[in-house]
Amino acid sequence: MPKVVSSVRLDKVSSAGGRLSIFRRIVCVSYSASLAILLVFVSGSQTAAALPIFAKKTGLRCSACHEAWPKLNAFGQAFRDNGYQIGNERDSPRFLSPLYWPAGARFAPAWHKELNTAQATDQSANGVQPVRTQGFDLSGIDLWFAGLLEKNISFVVLASSDEFASFHFESGWLRFDNLLKSPWINVKAGKFELDNVISEKRMLTLSQVGGIYQIYHYLPLIDAKAYAANPAAAGETGVSATSFGLGDNQLGLEIAGHSRDDYTRVSVSLLTSSDGAVNLPTSKGYDTFLAASRQVNINSLGPQRIGAFSYIGQSPTRYLTQTPAGGGTPVNIPGSGFGNKDFMRTGVYALLSVKKLDVVPMYTHGTESADIALGIPSNQPTPAGVQNPSWNGRMLELYYTQNLQFIVIARYEDIRNSRQLFASSPSNFGDMDVETIAFRWMPFMHSRAGFAICPEYSKLHQTGASAIESNQTLSSEFVGLDFAF
Amino acid sequence: MKVLFRSSVYVGAITLGFAAFAAAQNAHVGKMSGHFKDGAAGFPRYCNGCHGVRGDGKGTLAPYLDPKPRDYTMGIFKCRSTPTGTLPTDEDLYSTMTRGIVTAAMPPWAPLPPQTRMDIITYLKGFSPRFSNEAPGIPIVIPAESEVTLGSIKDGAQLYQRLACAKCHGAKGHGDGPDAPTLVNIKHEPLPPYDFTATDRFKCGVTNSDLYRTFMTGMDGSPMLSYADKLTPDQAWDLVHFVRTLQVAHKSKESSILAEAGGPKALVPSHP
Repeated sequence: MPKVVSSVRLDKVSSAGGRLSIFRRIVCVSYSASLAILLVFVSGSQTAAALPIFAKKTGLRCSACHEAWPKLNAFGQAFRDNGYQIGNERDSPRFLSPLYWPAGARFAPAWHKELNTAQATDQSANGVQPVRTQGFDLSGIDLWFAGLLEKNISFVVLASSDEFASFHFESGWLRFDNLLKSPWINVKAGKFELDNVISEKRMLTLSQVGGIYQIYHYLPLIDAKAYAANPAAAGETGVSATSFGLGDNQLGLEIAGHSRDDYTRVSVSLLTSSDGAVNLPTSKGYDTFLAASRQVNINSLGPQRIGAFSYIGQSPTRYLTQTPAGGGTPVNIPGSGFGNKDFMRTGVYALLSVKKLDVVPMYTHGTESADIALGIPSNQPTPAGVQNPSWNGRMLELYYTQNLQFIVIARYEDIRNSRQLFASSPSNFGDMDVETIAFRWMPFMHSRAGFAICPEYSKLHQTGASAIESNQTLSSEFVGLDFAF
Repeated sequence: MKVLFRSSVYVGAITLGFAAFAAAQNAHVGKMSGHFKDGAAGFPRYCNGCHGVRGDGKGTLAPYLDPKPRDYTMGIFKCRSTPTGTLPTDEDLYSTMTRGIVTAAMPPWAPLPPQTRMDIITYLKGFSPRFSNEAPGIPIVIPAESEVTLGSIKDGAQLYQRLACAKCHGAKGHGDGPDAPTLVNIKHEPLPPYDFTATDRFKCGVTNSDLYRTFMTGMDGSPMLSYADKLTPDQAWDLVHFVRTLQVAHKSKESSILAEAGGPKALVPSHP
């Protein structure tokens, strides 16, 4: 039985002639010992077994479905697409112990250090100044309930809080799986993550800057100088009418299908135009999300997947209003939006695998109506010099999975505006570069709990983003203790 | 000269040893060959939580599983195309891994790339010395299926009684026969008999041919013996046709013929 054995020898530190100080010896030995401990953990093939909800239920190791928790591998994606069923006729909850409760939680206390090179302050002579801060912090908590109500009826209820324990429903849906006994017909209703194979909800980085895919959330910046210089535009609200992000969970209905081996996946979603906000929709319009991907196997390398997606949305530019009794600013009446204008996000990606290295390139293109971007009511003409903005995003993400317990993540994103909202804006206004590097060490993951230590560094640089339109850099240094139980 | 001879013997023995080991580690299905080293990486990710790092079925999750995970060190496998007592073919192992074991914790690993499955099979063969010392059995020949008729189903029902299948599987195939609570596997771990009514699949496959094969090869390491010396091919097919009718939730040709004849009461022998 082959076994990985790690042995690290601490060489004796010779003091003869070298006159190493005691301090230097301590430093050397401590360094070597730390390195030894790190190497033992990194190279060890310790038994490890995600959300423990499913591990407890299926009896499978977490690593069967997760490249590194919570990132899915091909088998995990198939398990998810099959309605959290592994297909052994024991998926229905009626086969489970009455003591089993499909619940899990995730929480992550952390230390972090944040830098904003151009924070707007009253004290600064020119209006902005660098601000650094650091300290210990808490994440919010995710309370997960997920599983099956019956064979081929799966569900998720995810109550999520911010760090002050103020809860909202991050996700909540019911899915009818394998309708007509076909894996090509699965219908999901509720609030759910878009069918993003490159899932932001499952990313392995957690810091303020690196904790989201910026290319999923980019919105065109409004050039304040150009805005002020354009008399026709100056009367508008100047606030983008949408906060849409491809990584946000959305409300609606999804019809998804996949081949039995999950190599081919397609989905179409009909979504309320509210960026996932519950209660009254912003308008009567609906958005559409389309996604398709195909996996091929290259024997010596492993599974390779390519895919594409497109989100076609709309957002109201006008609302019915009501002036408060006694006067004041008219207030938009919730749910009464109209004068919808369009926006779109499109992308292609690949999940490439070369043994222990996963390479994830992604390209996105975004465009939206200038009326949405600038908040121009649809019954007013678009001011001269204002145009529909568009931008392109590129991402390259690398994962190196040393073993089941250790993974290194490196990511680079850049966003380049191809057409500015104001024709007079500099062509690189709002362009963004983001770099993230992290590793995730999972000392243990078994069917009852999982724990990961996740140091991370992330830096975002955006042209003209500060209040005085100087360039702005945000950076996060982060060490989190991510655990699920 | 003696030294040279002795050295040659040692070198020869070591070479043969490596050759035998390599033969054990190799697995081939069609044009695909497994790689031991890659399997060594895949096995911990997907398998050893149940099957254990040594392949002995003592993974950390094993205590919570029922039935228990396979102990690969014994080199004994239930689902085979080969006669009882022999090793399975690589294709048998590949099929089992791809298909999973219905009603056990073993999932269908079909979403894994074929090469990954092949690599893991290559690796797990290394747990048992049997694969170094023995060749796999020769797959049994499955003759053409006899016609499904009411008579065939009736004959199968009588065989079910005569062979005492009901003692374990129960009269209606629920796996609740009188001997069911006492059944254990070769490691003396409880092993409930298969409940035919639970699904439209069988433990070692989906088709009638799969069930025929199971009758004739037996499920080594379990109380389900091979009936190759007790059943003729026609009788085995009759039994297959009857067992299909026990799958009450599954619409099959067999169940349709039985339903047309009036249901299970049509199987009760008429007494003059």
